[in-house]
Amino acid sequence: MSLLCVSDLKTHFIFRDINNQLREAKALNNISLSLDSGRILGIVGETGAGKSLTAQSICGLLRPPAKIVGGTIQFDGQDLLTLSSDELNEIRGADIAMVVQNPRSSLDPLTRIGDQLVRIHQNHSGGPISVSQRKALEMMVAVGIPDPEQRQKAWPHEMSGGMAQRVLIAMALMNEPKLLIADEPTTGLDVTVQAQILDLLKVLVIQFNMASMIITHDLGIVAHYCDDVAVMFAGEIIEQGSVCDVFLNAAHPYTQSLLASTPERLNLGSRPQIGGQPPDLFNLPTGCLSQDRCAFMTDICKTTPPFKTIADGHSARCHHAKPNKTKTQKKGSRSDG
Amino acid sequence: MADVILSAKNLVKRFPTGKANSFVNAVNGVDLEIKRGQVLGMVGESGSGKSTIGRTILRLTDPTSGQIHFDGKDITDLPSNKIRPLRKDMQMVFQDPWSALNPRMKIGDLIAEPLKIHYKMSRSECADRAEALAKRVSLSTDFLTRTPNALSGGQLQRVCIARAIATNPKLIILDEPTSSLDLSVRAGILELLQEIRDETQAGFLFISHDLGTIKLISDQIAVLYLGHIVEQLPKDKLFDAPSHPYSQALLSAHLPSDPNEKLNKLTLTGEIPSPIDLPSGCAFHTRCPVAVDNCQTSVPMSEKISNGHFASCSQIAHGNNIIQRANKI
Repeated sequence: MSLLCVSDLKTHFIFRDINNQLREAKALNNISLSLDSGRILGIVGETGAGKSLTAQSICGLLRPPAKIVGGTIQFDGQDLLTLSSDELNEIRGADIAMVVQNPRSSLDPLTRIGDQLVRIHQNHSGGPISVSQRKALEMMVAVGIPDPEQRQKAWPHEMSGGMAQRVLIAMALMNEPKLLIADEPTTGLDVTVQAQILDLLKVLVIQFNMASMIITHDLGIVAHYCDDVAVMFAGEIIEQGSVCDVFLNAAHPYTQSLLASTPERLNLGSRPQIGGQPPDLFNLPTGCLSQDRCAFMTDICKTTPPFKTIADGHSARCHHAKPNKTKTQKKGSRSDG
Repeated sequence: MADVILSAKNLVKRFPTGKANSFVNAVNGVDLEIKRGQVLGMVGESGSGKSTIGRTILRLTDPTSGQIHFDGKDITDLPSNKIRPLRKDMQMVFQDPWSALNPRMKIGDLIAEPLKIHYKMSRSECADRAEALAKRVSLSTDFLTRTPNALSGGQLQRVCIARAIATNPKLIILDEPTSSLDLSVRAGILELLQEIRDETQAGFLFISHDLGTIKLISDQIAVLYLGHIVEQLPKDKLFDAPSHPYSQALLSAHLPSDPNEKLNKLTLTGEIPSPIDLPSGCAFHTRCPVAVDNCQTSVPMSEKISNGHFASCSQIAHGNNIIQRANKI
């Protein structure tokens, strides 16, 4: 059994609007995914596809009006949705850790870096402070913060963006989590720093044998740092599989057009591939959600498409997806960090 | 040289920090030239002075020293009442379309605003032109009577582009016009910009931190580091044979979407130094994998490598492939 197993997760926003009408935005619909230790899963999609909401649902960080209305989240043998908030607090920050997009606003501005690291270890593991302090130094070394003895006395505002992100990763690692969720971990950082942070994440996932989920809109990050990928559109996973299968043999028209929109593959002069707007979450169309934007749309698309198996471990939610007979070329000589 | 729309010589911009004799050295001696119909791409990390150069060229902020020639005229010291009429020939598109547009104005009025200011067009003329411009940027004319909150990011960026081309400018400065947009929307905007460039033959300064986008739209690329242009080269060369170690590091940090494409790892250590205390000598020596003692003291001069290709690095003569050399060290 996988470490994390999400099945048929539905998260909706339910609220009363200004006219006191009950409204329901179906933000996540039937999300199913599983994740094993030592693997990195990339979740890609455009704004509003539900990437971050998936992570927040798994961590139990939803606030009203967002509500999980169906499905199960099995983590390490227990269903997270049946746990009380106290029980959840024991898992969050310990077995499941999260690294968020904006490192500066995620650190307590009034607490020194070292103390923040010690605090999260004390909260979960307890024990003598000196043990936590030693652990904090160890983790600061692991994430490559130079001069950790000095730096643990630094305040968050004295850290650069890249350093703050390293602190956040160190914080996530303090209790040796089994699952690390990184929500856009490098979006605010410069490319040369991005490379440092992603190399670090990859090494740590192997070193600590964690399962990791990287949420991003950058297909390049997924292509080079993830093992598996799930492509999201309008609150659904529309294609998933190994990175090579999905990127080199995309079966869903949306994935294909997303890949074709990357600057390297884009040919100026040909018309843009994806037209139209994503569907209205309040009023989802019946059948395939991407029908309005799809060039291959036929009558059958008015019915809900099933997940079709394209190859071993590679599936796409499209009526027109065809199984792939040829074996995808495995990742060749890739220089890993 | 009627071809050259804009040239800047030895452009310097310093901002006071509030402390005595302490400055943020945003731009440190930049030379650049933009020709008619040419797209100059400018790439660099945050804090490298990309946006400041864009703003200084338009005289939105005044340069500390240096010269700016626009369309053959020296505009460096032109008073603001003289510069304003010129502004119709130089336009700017900003990164964040949500904050670039007045939320209380109608889209039609927003598009026609430059026409009203520069040509004193009548209301009906403005409306006609706004409609034509909306069509030109593939924006539904239904939106003309709406306010910005009814439009998506990509649509708003189209409004900004329509505003920028309303006066038929000779120079358009695009400051990260696509970085806040989704991939699919980004493709459409780049397409539109390309078409407009071909039609109007305006010069573009395209500022971005994304190498992929820069490559797609630029003819010539300037790589910026700490307010210096460390390398300037034709776009194909950047992906082929950049000379400066920083350009090579930028290129190696660029992640192509093909998982089989091999990455040349040249990961820099550390981060961009503070522009308040610039490193001595070559600004890049603190992070450079091939720096020698000399780099700490002497400022490298810009050297011509081939036609249209210049780089400022004292180590270039010792071999071009710095990744190979760095890996050997």
